[in-house]
Amino acid sequence: MIETNRLGVSYRGQPALTDLSVTIGGGFTAVIGPSGAGKSTLMRALNGLIPAGSGQVLFQGTPLGRPGSALLRIQQRRMGMVFQGFNLVRRLSALENVLLGRLAATSPWRSLSGWLPHGERELALHLLDRVGLADHAWQRADQLSGGQQQRVGIARALAQQPQVILADEPISALDPKSAAEVMAILHGIQAQDGLAVIANLHSLETVRRYAGRVIALRAGQLVFDDVPQRLTDNVARELYGQDALPGESQEPGGNQELPPNVHFASA
Amino acid sequence: MTIRVPEPPLPIYRPPPAVLRNQRWRWAASATVLLIVALSLGGSEISLPRLTQGSVNIVHYLFGSAERPRSGYFPPDFSNGLVYLQQMLLTVKMAVVGTTGAVILAIPLSFLAARNTTPNRLTYQLTRRLLDLFRGVPLIVMALIFVAAVGLGPFPGILALAIHTAGILGKLFAEGIENIDEGQVEAVRSSGAHPVQVLSHGVWPQIIPHLLSMTLYRFESNVRDSTLLGIVGAGGIGYYITEAIRGFDSRSASAILIIILSSVFLIDFLSAKLRERLS
Repeated sequence: MIETNRLGVSYRGQPALTDLSVTIGGGFTAVIGPSGAGKSTLMRALNGLIPAGSGQVLFQGTPLGRPGSALLRIQQRRMGMVFQGFNLVRRLSALENVLLGRLAATSPWRSLSGWLPHGERELALHLLDRVGLADHAWQRADQLSGGQQQRVGIARALAQQPQVILADEPISALDPKSAAEVMAILHGIQAQDGLAVIANLHSLETVRRYAGRVIALRAGQLVFDDVPQRLTDNVARELYGQDALPGESQEPGGNQELPPNVHFASA
Repeated sequence: MTIRVPEPPLPIYRPPPAVLRNQRWRWAASATVLLIVALSLGGSEISLPRLTQGSVNIVHYLFGSAERPRSGYFPPDFSNGLVYLQQMLLTVKMAVVGTTGAVILAIPLSFLAARNTTPNRLTYQLTRRLLDLFRGVPLIVMALIFVAAVGLGPFPGILALAIHTAGILGKLFAEGIENIDEGQVEAVRSSGAHPVQVLSHGVWPQIIPHLLSMTLYRFESNVRDSTLLGIVGAGGIGYYITEAIRGFDSRSASAILIIILSSVFLIDFLSAKLRERLS
């Protein structure tokens, strides 16, 4: 479904990904690795938010279109992104945020008029119901809790009617209970709807519980690609260094290892 | 218009530049400021004796003197009050139309003048310099230019207000656009939305409160500023107050001032209330 071919991406002049070749099909794929390993860059490169410096990303066999091209927009529409910081438009209601996922399917001029094509609102309400937030449809996004915002974020991604969900640290900013809810929803999307889910995760317990495949990055390179059963403590220790085993002795998903540059404004 | 791929959020705390942390540099900076003030005193003809002698004249001018009947500002003469009110209304109308024109000009310019929405560096620089030009030419000078171009009346005043205010609002709007949360924009872009939709649904909802608040704030200023425009023949109550003062008709001038001040107070009050609601 998504394939990288000798992908290299530089970020702020620093190589973030080097020579990365990996093919990701269906199922639930977890991407792990220490902070700064290039996990978020990989997600953005898969979606085309960051252009490849060298090599290429292929979506369903077709290389991603150039930045700003109509081809890339069509491809992006098939990849729903979920963000660590939720990235909801805070002044809009939950429902309006879900409807943002329909923009790519609407002509720009029509979307300016504010008139929704038939059935869009019903679809958005249905998706909010699916993530358990039908009662909060008219609430402003910034008045929702972090867990609720992330669920709206997932509904927004689903509104794109995507084939793959790219979740960039979807639970890093959440408390353990909200994190478990969000993981359950992501798992359901994959198991029931058959969407591919690719998620950056920190907690190894969460990875072992939900993922069917684990990809590990270190310093921008692929260092592990296998089923989670093979992700032994020894492998993890090698990956993260001797001192730290993230997720151990923590609640599932209750990862406290936030990068130092996280904004809490929306949390 | 394209929006750049956002950089990850920067750490909120940034240490002050080394220059400001150095005690010796702080002393040097203070000394420089003092020196600038001292140098500026030269040529300013400040004189305490002139102020003390003059204060007697101020009292006579404001409150009248026995030698000259009907001199002084009190009591105000409202015999032409209706005309003044009509002119004040015209002045407010000029401010409304001028500010509206300014907003219409400033919105597109501000997107070109914001680092994160400008198509390229050259457009950014050109738009910024154009806004500097709009803002930098004093309102009265701009009004004189338009009076020379299109003749007397409110029209040149409105043109001057619109251009001058577009320079100010364009810069303020652009700064608002630069301060938006790029994450929200990134989310809209990642969904495959058209660049127009990224602006209309990712950027625009974030800047509306800032935009309305700044516009109201400038409208208040424009009501005050447009009372000056009549002085150069660009319409409104300014003409009447100039004529009254030049003709030593202080009591009419007093009436006009009272009308101006109460209108300005009222509009500032209402606008401030409205802005409070927005934030």
